[in-house]
Amino acid sequence: MEQFRKLTGVAAPMDMINIDTDKIIPKLHLRTIKRTGLGKFLFEEMRYETDGSEKPDFILNKEPYRNAKIIIGGDNFGCGSSREHAPWALLDFGVRCVISTSFADIFYNNCFKNGILPIRVSKDELDALMADASDSENPELTIDLEEMLIRRPNGAAISFDLEEFRRACLLDGLDDIGITMTKNASIDTFEEKQKRDQPWLYTAAAE
Amino acid sequence: MANPRTLFDKIWESHVVSVQDDGSSLLYIDKHIIHEVTTPQAFEGLRNAGRKVRQPEKTLAVIDHNIATTRGGVVEEDSRLQIETLRENVAAFGVQLFEVDDPRNGIVHVIGPEQGFTNPGNTLVCGDSHTATHGALGALAFGIGTSEVEHVLATQTLIQAPAQNMRVTVTGELPFGCSAKDIVLTIIGTTGIGGGTGHVIEFAGPAIRALSMEGRMTISNMAIEAGARAGLIAPDEKTFEYLKGRPMAPKGEAWDTALAYWKTLPSDEGAKYNKEVTIDISGMDPKVTWGTTPQDVVPITGIVPDPKDAETQGERESMERALKYMGLVPGTKMEDIEVDVVFIGSCTNGRIEDIRQVAKVVQGRKVADSVQAMVVPGSGLVKQQAESEGLDKVLLEAGFEWREPGCSMCLAMNVDKMEPGQRSASTSNRNFEGRQGRDSRTHLVSPAMAAAAAVAGHLKDAREFLQD
Repeated sequence: MEQFRKLTGVAAPMDMINIDTDKIIPKLHLRTIKRTGLGKFLFEEMRYETDGSEKPDFILNKEPYRNAKIIIGGDNFGCGSSREHAPWALLDFGVRCVISTSFADIFYNNCFKNGILPIRVSKDELDALMADASDSENPELTIDLEEMLIRRPNGAAISFDLEEFRRACLLDGLDDIGITMTKNASIDTFEEKQKRDQPWLYTAAAE
Repeated sequence: MANPRTLFDKIWESHVVSVQDDGSSLLYIDKHIIHEVTTPQAFEGLRNAGRKVRQPEKTLAVIDHNIATTRGGVVEEDSRLQIETLRENVAAFGVQLFEVDDPRNGIVHVIGPEQGFTNPGNTLVCGDSHTATHGALGALAFGIGTSEVEHVLATQTLIQAPAQNMRVTVTGELPFGCSAKDIVLTIIGTTGIGGGTGHVIEFAGPAIRALSMEGRMTISNMAIEAGARAGLIAPDEKTFEYLKGRPMAPKGEAWDTALAYWKTLPSDEGAKYNKEVTIDISGMDPKVTWGTTPQDVVPITGIVPDPKDAETQGERESMERALKYMGLVPGTKMEDIEVDVVFIGSCTNGRIEDIRQVAKVVQGRKVADSVQAMVVPGSGLVKQQAESEGLDKVLLEAGFEWREPGCSMCLAMNVDKMEPGQRSASTSNRNFEGRQGRDSRTHLVSPAMAAAAAVAGHLKDAREFLQD
């Protein structure tokens, strides 16, 4: 996984609540066996007409947002299906950070597994960032994960919180399966105890 | 006595392998169900890192999302590759698979309970958000992404931040013509689709207790539509009766030991919840959605709402967008909305009780000429059961298509999909834009209501067909 330390890039405003994962990546593209190549289908039904031509009003079809690295979205971002294809599509497009007032749990978890930083901010902060991003002359934000700050075009900064483990994994691009496997002895111990307490769990399924 | 604990607390605490400094836990996962769509990249990850499946016997594989629901029907090339990839992966890593033609195969969340794979007190995960279904048996069950699928395959654990406890208490008696689906749509209409975010919802109260296991699964299934990580219903005699004798449930002495443990699971009196909602369903009318999220719920006797009545600007814009997408005008009577397609099935409503309801409504009636109506059973065993009761004949005579099991038009990943502009009454769980096909319009309803819409050709109060 690619490290995430400091990111400067265009932020695209998507002032819409409940942007679900069906919107982010429609189901037809779930029939892939790869993690890559989904960027061109990101927000497909909002982004393209049925004949494949671009919808000119959609934000990611406009300059400078075609190169957005950050999305500012409305409340409850990423709700619905658990598809990790949603963060894969964002990442493949070039988005490494999503900012909203709240995220659906599964989408939130999925982001961290792919080096994408989802940031929760207050309603007022979101409004300010949405306004920043809407200024197409200067919609660049800097996300500083080491300092836990969002730096705005006007020089002001907004601080955010993140659990330490998630932060560390992003900062160093760590593979959390590898980290968990260093705890194999604890997992062994857990299984031995569970086998004594709930022996049926170790026989029933195998029948 | 120790602090009173909720059902969620008990399951969570008994599965913590270790706690990290930041409060997140390494949580042990008892059961894992996988399917063709969200696993190819997980197995690829294992291969690339030279890792094995830690406990292959704790994982069960099914093929459901993009199989054909007609015998010998079309499986598109990329779907076929995905299914083939699952077959290769389970063979290479030693995981049990129910093949497409095995009667035990079906929708992942129908077969888990049906096989007795899902037990009370389990932690159970699947790369699918409707894993919440299994919570109806008192299992802590939640949907995960593909990287987490890989994590579970490799370590049989997940790193999880603790969830908050939420209780939704449902009181009152289920009114005539209503079902579990109407209850859960009412709940989501009340909490909103983000109301459960960060929480595990325990569904409690006399109206939940009174439901069959199938009905409880319908409720828990849609916990995710309220944004919750999982749904839970305390196991009781109905749960135990349902599980006893199922192929993968504990047997003999193991059953007795397990049962004694399961009986300790319900929440203790006085247990604390971070959030509480109480809903009285007395006098409830059957429900239907008008918009593009499952919280957009009105009674069938109601009208399409007006964005002018929205409380915030964000909500108003969202409603306007939804109405435009749905092609609806505020003030229209819900019963006046014509439908082109009726879809009955899915992990929400693809069980035997649902199909019985449909048959009851359409018995001796005909599907309207303008409507394409299909029933897709949730599993091969549900299909067999329905056929043994002669329900397939009732449905076929009425003009329904009687399909092979699978996820089908709920998410329209296979060839079962709607055309742009078509409108459906569906027993599935999501009415998002494009969910059942690009530019398709979905109204979520109960099985009885879907059946009534098929006959009437428009959204219809099913009670009128149930009275005689």
